[in-house]
Amino acid sequence: MTGNVKSYFKSFLLLELLKGMSLTGRYFFAKKFTVQYPDEKTPQSPRFRGLHALRRYPNGEERCIACKLCEAVCPALAITIESEERADNTRRTTRYDIDLFKCIFCGFCEEACPVDSIVETRIFEYHFEKRGEQIMTKDKLLAIGDKFEDQIAADRAVDAPFR
Amino acid sequence: MGFLEGLWLLIWTVIKVMLIIVPLLLSVAYLTYAERKVIGAIQVRKGPNRVGYAGLLQPIADVFKLLTKEVLVPTNSHRFLFVIAPILSLAPAFAAWAVIPFSDTMVLADVNAGLLYVLALTSLGVYGVIIAGWASNSKYAFLGAMRSAAQIVAYEIAMGFALVGVVMVGGSLNLGDIVRAQEGNLFHWFWLPLFPLFIVYFISGVAETNRAPFDVAEGESEIVAGFHVDYSGMAFALFFLAEYANMIMIAALAVIMFLGGWLSPIPFIPDGIGWFFAKTGFMLLFFLWFRATFPRYRYDQIMRLGWKVFIPVTIVWLTVVAAAILLEIEPWFALRAA
Amino acid sequence: MDLKLLVFLVFSAVLIGAAIGVITTRNPVQAALFLVLAFFNSAIIWMLMEAEFLSITLVLVYVGAVMVLFLFVVMMLDINLLPQREGFTRYLPLGGLIVAAIVVQMIFLIRVRWFSAENYPVPDARAADYSNTEELGMAMYTDYIFQFEVAAVILLVAIIAAIALTMRRRPDTKYQRPSDQVLVQKEDRLRVVSMDSES
Repeated sequence: MTGNVKSYFKSFLLLELLKGMSLTGRYFFAKKFTVQYPDEKTPQSPRFRGLHALRRYPNGEERCIACKLCEAVCPALAITIESEERADNTRRTTRYDIDLFKCIFCGFCEEACPVDSIVETRIFEYHFEKRGEQIMTKDKLLAIGDKFEDQIAADRAVDAPFR
Repeated sequence: MGFLEGLWLLIWTVIKVMLIIVPLLLSVAYLTYAERKVIGAIQVRKGPNRVGYAGLLQPIADVFKLLTKEVLVPTNSHRFLFVIAPILSLAPAFAAWAVIPFSDTMVLADVNAGLLYVLALTSLGVYGVIIAGWASNSKYAFLGAMRSAAQIVAYEIAMGFALVGVVMVGGSLNLGDIVRAQEGNLFHWFWLPLFPLFIVYFISGVAETNRAPFDVAEGESEIVAGFHVDYSGMAFALFFLAEYANMIMIAALAVIMFLGGWLSPIPFIPDGIGWFFAKTGFMLLFFLWFRATFPRYRYDQIMRLGWKVFIPVTIVWLTVVAAAILLEIEPWFALRAA
Repeated sequence: MDLKLLVFLVFSAVLIGAAIGVITTRNPVQAALFLVLAFFNSAIIWMLMEAEFLSITLVLVYVGAVMVLFLFVVMMLDINLLPQREGFTRYLPLGGLIVAAIVVQMIFLIRVRWFSAENYPVPDARAADYSNTEELGMAMYTDYIFQFEVAAVILLVAIIAAIALTMRRRPDTKYQRPSDQVLVQKEDRLRVVSMDSES
């Protein structure tokens, strides 16, 4: 009975509502956390998993040896690889496609790669304008790798002690 | 009255109407801006700040966006009603402003039954919603319209009862006379003697305008956008305008009936139209604050609150008020015979 | 021409059009909306006759509440009108007869002397500060207080009767009681058991 009366008082005096409003009212004056995106950016980890790239050795030879471990591990089946024997009797890819619409950026390909060839870079601001552009071909991936090699190498070096 | 004189009266009235509607449209535009800023601040964000200084031109950019978008009419909809529904929801929201006294002398139509007029027009606003929901020929829109109709009819009654208390204490249906009856200091205003009615009125007002936490008519999580799912471009903008104009209306009415309208709360500062606007803005802040604080009500709880809580509360307090008037408890309750 | 007369003519024309619309349109929702339009226009005509309280009450009660509920029901019906129209020609003679009878009756009634226009002179315009509402309230709560109270009691009985007739208690249905739900305490739902940890 007393509990009933108490709860009646509680609801008719709108205590809980006032409590809620005082909480939101306090946050009205709190410091704002907004990051003004194109002008300001949040810090990125060296482990950031963005757009993919294929790396080369310093002598210009492509690292990928078409072992197809990445293709096998890819949970989204985004990677397609075809390979053949090159003139110098080494196995190389003739086709290395990543469908970015399928890719979930889990980073398993990077983990699986025995020669650190396929990596994920820090690039995350990109877009497609035509159908089919979402397929990253071997040429495109190698071009990205060539362009950002310094950044990629530096990030691997920072992360190396933890692997 | 001759025809020419009548025509001149008509033109002069149209000019006066424009003087009310244009600032009202501007305040609606900047109320949307204020809403985004206030809710942003409460959610520890900054809110719009790109268009113009501190985002001040954002509402204008929004208007241009909505104006240039295509107005779609669904294939199996009732074309005429579909087009007329936004106008039906907007027109009463604007027409009700005719009797609002901005200051002692500034009122478009000093109608004796002003309060009834406002109530009648706010109850007409529901037609826009119902017709929109039915004419769209869509399940979501229809569900939204049904919800809104039941909700508005329920809360109209609680609101009406709350206003009966004001009429009893104020002794008039004329909004200007109601404000004049509150003359004195801060504690002579009706919010104090009619406090429960004030709360009931304001919460019913939030429910009438389909604002959070009573916005089940457009509950995004259940029925997409309710009655205006199928509206786009300017037709949608009209619904938007009507909703915000109604919010300002409810806030202004709360100010007139419970917070002393244009009267000054501080003795040595004169009364004036500025106080009216300041108080209305203060009440509007609560609309935004509510939206940022409370989660949406469940539908059966809305109905319970309206029928089983608010209406009994108002009836009980009306009895108290009637007794107080008979006992002539000064300074609030006096027999104000005509 | 007087502006007031012009306004009257426009709104009465719309009123008649809307009233014809109510009975001719095939769609029940449209018919209901025509009825709303008719109510609204008659309210405006009352307003022209300086009966502002009655006209606003008409809008408030009929347009604002009754017709909303009406529409609420009508919109949810899915009436197929074709079967209702099947017997139209068969019942036409009987229907025509009834209409003719009503028309004849109305002509007789309207021709009766005390319904003619000269018995209803235009009332004098009231002073600007004359309050229709106040006069109505005075008449209702002094001269006609007994009738007023009786009407109120009858309405109350009707409300209670409607509720009593339609309310069914069905003990087997499960439904939520929000008033109980909000009273729930943590202790009612949660039982904390202390037990030894299993190694």
